Amino acid sequence: MALLEVRDLHTSFFTDAGEVRAVNGISFDLDHGKVLGIVGESGSGKSVTAYSVMQILAGTGKIISGSIKLDGQELVGADEKVMKDVRGNRISIIFQDPMTSLNPTYTIGKQLMEAILLHTNRNRKEAFDRAVEMLKLVNVNEPEKRMKQYPYEFSGGMRQRVMIAMALACEPDILIADEPTTALDVTIQAGILELMKDIQKEIGMAIIMITHDLGVVAQLCDEVIVMYAGGICEQGTADEIFYNPCHEYTKGLMRSIPTTTSAGRKLEPISGTPIDLLNMPKGCPFAPRCDAAMKICIREKAERALINKDHAAACWMNVKNGIVSAENGNA
Amino acid sequence: MTAKQDIRTEGSTPKADGKPILEVSHLKQYFQINTGFIQTRPLKAVDDISFSIREGETLGLVGESGCGKTTAGRTILHLYKPTAGEVIFKGKPIRTKQDIAEYRKKATMVFQDPYSSLDPRMTVADIIGEPLDIHKMYSSKQERRDRILELMDRVGLNSEHAARYAHEFSGGQRQRVGIARALAVNPDFVVCDEPVSALDVSIQAQVINMFDELQSEMNLTYLFIAHDLLVVRHISDRIAVMYLGRMVELADAGEIYDRPLHPYTKALMSAVPVPDPKIARANKRVQLHGEIPSPLNVPAGCPFHTRCPYAKDVCRESMPPFREIEKGRFVACHLADELN
Repeated sequence: MALLEVRDLHTSFFTDAGEVRAVNGISFDLDHGKVLGIVGESGSGKSVTAYSVMQILAGTGKIISGSIKLDGQELVGADEKVMKDVRGNRISIIFQDPMTSLNPTYTIGKQLMEAILLHTNRNRKEAFDRAVEMLKLVNVNEPEKRMKQYPYEFSGGMRQRVMIAMALACEPDILIADEPTTALDVTIQAGILELMKDIQKEIGMAIIMITHDLGVVAQLCDEVIVMYAGGICEQGTADEIFYNPCHEYTKGLMRSIPTTTSAGRKLEPISGTPIDLLNMPKGCPFAPRCDAAMKICIREKAERALINKDHAAACWMNVKNGIVSAENGNA
Repeated sequence: MTAKQDIRTEGSTPKADGKPILEVSHLKQYFQINTGFIQTRPLKAVDDISFSIREGETLGLVGESGCGKTTAGRTILHLYKPTAGEVIFKGKPIRTKQDIAEYRKKATMVFQDPYSSLDPRMTVADIIGEPLDIHKMYSSKQERRDRILELMDRVGLNSEHAARYAHEFSGGQRQRVGIARALAVNPDFVVCDEPVSALDVSIQAQVINMFDELQSEMNLTYLFIAHDLLVVRHISDRIAVMYLGRMVELADAGEIYDRPLHPYTKALMSAVPVPDPKIARANKRVQLHGEIPSPLNVPAGCPFHTRCPYAKDVCRESMPPFREIEKGRFVACHLADELN
């Protein structure tokens, strides 16, 4: 049994303009000690997926249907007491912006200890020691002194380290990182990614890495999910996704990003504009922007089909090219 | 990834020996910061940078946040009055108010944030036409309108949308409006300050390609400021690296990426997250220790010595000059010769 099993998850936001289906029937597994990357552009539903797992959706958002099982325990419909135990204790999350995720009026130490006191039986002294230990783990110098400082005294990279320390203080099974390095400079980003990799090896937790940056995915992830318009286009091991992309959207992404060897040639952009979730097309959501779109793509959604044991995609081109047969379309 | 990548056409570089269109000489931009009761201290955002940009080329300017790259771009356009130093455009130093007014007809800017850089109360046509109004560059309303529609067409905007407001457009389209505005006066030189960093990956490539096309169509020269090193590498002919207000290295784009000379450039290049798992696994990263010092307290000597793995006494004592170490390669490091 996988550590986290998500099945046919649907999450919607009910806005004045209508229902926005932000996550539209996605399924995936996450095993112990694995790093899963979720990539996609803004509005693709990658963050909402994570927030659904944590059940920290904004007031207008709601899980419509589906199942999220943590170690076999169903979380959809679970009461708030169960979720309080899950959040922070078993699944932790770090957010994109370390500037606004910390309370400016409390010291770093107080904020770190709060999580520990809330979720464990440690007393204040033990919690303090644990907090110092966590700061050491994330390579913050002079942790005892830093405990007494306020967030404004920390740089962006240091604050993100504190956030990681806070998220890991209760030794969660899963760490969800929602664009953890987007607001940081490259050299700082590299440091944070390395730190996450090291800690992950050391304590063996699983990580869900949400990002729009394929570079970050390549650095860190074992498995990758590519999302578009609330659905999964393609999922598989990192090597499969990068070297054998089997969905036109993934292929388009790979062609459109500048690489070390792209100078002097034209990039091949994905045409059109990102999808409007209020007006979803009937067929494949990517069809209106897809250069290879066929009639069937506009009419009907492609089912997820296995390419090989490490790789699945939902694209009619695979059926056309005989990579998957139409019959095994529902694998 | 694809076969197309292998059939790579070499970047046309007739620009390599072009004459300079813009020269920057010992440019400084200090801001006075209040540090206490009636006390101020200079923040040296740009500290003594000199370089030139050749006609028709794209010079990439990279560095981490706070290194002064945006300030450098704005000071070069005289949006800030330089504290010291000079900008020489087409052989003519920019000094008087008249110089600046003339200069602004030929040198414009594309801003980073397509949301805050467009006035929400103006129609797109008026936003694009504003530079024309300011410089009185039309004789009739019809001429103004034609020019605006032509510009919209050029940047791939539907000219039927001229009467719409900025909020009705997506991020990528807004950035096109910003580009059309920058091109309205028919400039020779455009400073592009992080023009694609606010855009989604799938839209980024459209805009990057457009910059390329416009450059060859209109014979533009770009100063392209960005922190995404892969984007800069893609679009630039040469790249300059800044650290704490100083320029530390300047070289051809391929050279600086494959064979960086300055220890900071090495660290920066090795930190780039390459979208290729095999390369990522093999990549040996140059670790930098510590944080970027505050620009209010720039270390004495080489500003990078506090984080440099090779720092020696000479680095702590004296500022290395920005020198031409090989033809066309500039670096500011005492140890550049022995390290490489």
